[in-house]
Amino acid sequence: MTYVYTFVVGGTICVIGQLLMDGTKLTPAHVLVLFVTSGVVLTALGIYEPLVEFAGAGATIPLPGFGYSLAKGAINGVKDKGLIGAFLGGVEATSGGIAAAVVFGYLMALLFSSKTKP
Amino acid sequence: MSKKRLGNQTVRFVNPPSIISTGSIVGPKEGMGPLKDYFDLILDDDSFELDSWEKAESKMIKEAVKISLGKASLEASDISYMFGGDLLNQLISTTFAARDLNIPLFGLFGACSTMTEALSLGAMSIDGDFADYVIATTSSHFSTAERQFRFPLELGNQRKLTAQWTVTGAGAAILSSTGGGPYITHITTGKVVDFGISDVNNMGAAMAPAAVDTIKTHFLDTGLSPKDYDLIVTGDLGIIGSEIALEMLVKEGFNMHKNYTDCGVEIFDHKIQDTHAGGSGPGCSAVVFTGYLYKLLLEKKIKSLLLVSTGALLSTTSAQQGESIPAIAHAVSITSEYN
Amino acid sequence: MSNKKESYRRLVESKNPRPNYFKNSLWAFFVGGIICILGQFIHETIESRFDLSHLDATNVTILVMIFIGSLLTGLGIYDNIGKRAGAGSIIPITGFANSIVAPAMEFKKEGYVFGVASRMFILAGPVLVYGITSSVLVGIIYYFINK
Repeated sequence: MTYVYTFVVGGTICVIGQLLMDGTKLTPAHVLVLFVTSGVVLTALGIYEPLVEFAGAGATIPLPGFGYSLAKGAINGVKDKGLIGAFLGGVEATSGGIAAAVVFGYLMALLFSSKTKP
Repeated sequence: MSKKRLGNQTVRFVNPPSIISTGSIVGPKEGMGPLKDYFDLILDDDSFELDSWEKAESKMIKEAVKISLGKASLEASDISYMFGGDLLNQLISTTFAARDLNIPLFGLFGACSTMTEALSLGAMSIDGDFADYVIATTSSHFSTAERQFRFPLELGNQRKLTAQWTVTGAGAAILSSTGGGPYITHITTGKVVDFGISDVNNMGAAMAPAAVDTIKTHFLDTGLSPKDYDLIVTGDLGIIGSEIALEMLVKEGFNMHKNYTDCGVEIFDHKIQDTHAGGSGPGCSAVVFTGYLYKLLLEKKIKSLLLVSTGALLSTTSAQQGESIPAIAHAVSITSEYN
Repeated sequence: MSNKKESYRRLVESKNPRPNYFKNSLWAFFVGGIICILGQFIHETIESRFDLSHLDATNVTILVMIFIGSLLTGLGIYDNIGKRAGAGSIIPITGFANSIVAPAMEFKKEGYVFGVASRMFILAGPVLVYGITSSVLVGIIYYFINK
């Protein structure tokens, strides 16, 4: 895959989000929940994996990609450990991201303060 | 049978109180707007050298009071009552300022209508001979409003085109039983009006019906009409809300096209300052009145003003529970000459 | 009564300015696309430089992107990007980081327990709740389908 596919797919996913926020009553929070859940569902249906292979970061960096990691992790967890893997797998796969968000969030709060918008 | 009541919601004062002095303090953004030459103090930094915006907002109220006391050559101990409010939970900007000022306090919540609510009650206490001097105060602060009602400042979200910008500003006005004007002659107190708007990003549309209701009631109660005023000004309907209000009032038979404006429209240059639908917040009508409109009255550039601050009476809880946005508007009639 | 509200709603609709769909979408497209390209570049660099597996490289890329989003938020730059880019900076994982770091910084004034720590997930919480829950459901369904 080339950077062009990454750019186009990533950009398109963002455009869908933008149109939903501009054109409907959905707030960004609604759109994010919709996207992450869609990522999970599309992965479960086998649709998202080909997109990841095609576009790489264009599919993994936008929030549906987070859903993709969660769903893939849950499925792998079930393959490895049976039913309990459904609970273990998703969070395990995304544990790095969650831990990073917590730690960096705290770190940035320590180092920086919010400033008024101009 | 009350001798001072007119019609349904209006009071006509027998001894109209004078607004003898005012104080206005604004943040940097307001200080770069079209009215920048009219404010008493423009802050370089909206933290006012304190470590939280809430503390800054409270200090702004205190300093606005001190400015107006200074201009009237009065001390805080001369003031019988402080009528004041703000947007924050439990009115902490006002209460902490009153703590330091040591003036008996009536804390008020009218959201962005608080300035005229405070002026109304202050005027009633003077006309009723309950006090010689009272002070009306109101404030808002962009950052305290954002962090209480909306989003953290560093969040990368986009504001809607209908959204308004909360003014960082505090205004104070001293009312007295003696003095040479400008005089508050009438007040019309608003009822809570709800036309079913639930879009929290479109406060102007939510509040316009309340402004229309109060303005209409004022004219019906007093028998006056728009042309009896040099200027009619609403608090913070913004660009969209004021258009809606004008249209609704025309339908009621009140044409205000020539002598109407809105504080939220006047306070910012919307194209340059990117404030979308205009300014908002209790501080909006507070500083536009105490800074700009009051000076116009003193200089007799306008002789009669109907000031109608408008407030949206929702909370984040009511919005999340799916409720629509009720609103209220209070009108104060001010004239520079009274006979 | 509802007639009055309905005709008022129509009046308001007629006065509402329309967002510039095209301009907003263009910005979202470009900024979103560039952030993804950055992620792709980081991924390929990590995979070749440090000789990591594809999966490990993906995980490290996510960490790096979250760090970048966090840092730009801390520096006060991310909100300026977001103003123009809209979904272009909200949808990528850097936006997820921004939604956590922004409240963490904001509520510092209320202390490190009740402010920073307690409110850090005020915006990102729903993403985790719905993402994790739906993934667990998917796992459970997968288990029973393949039993």
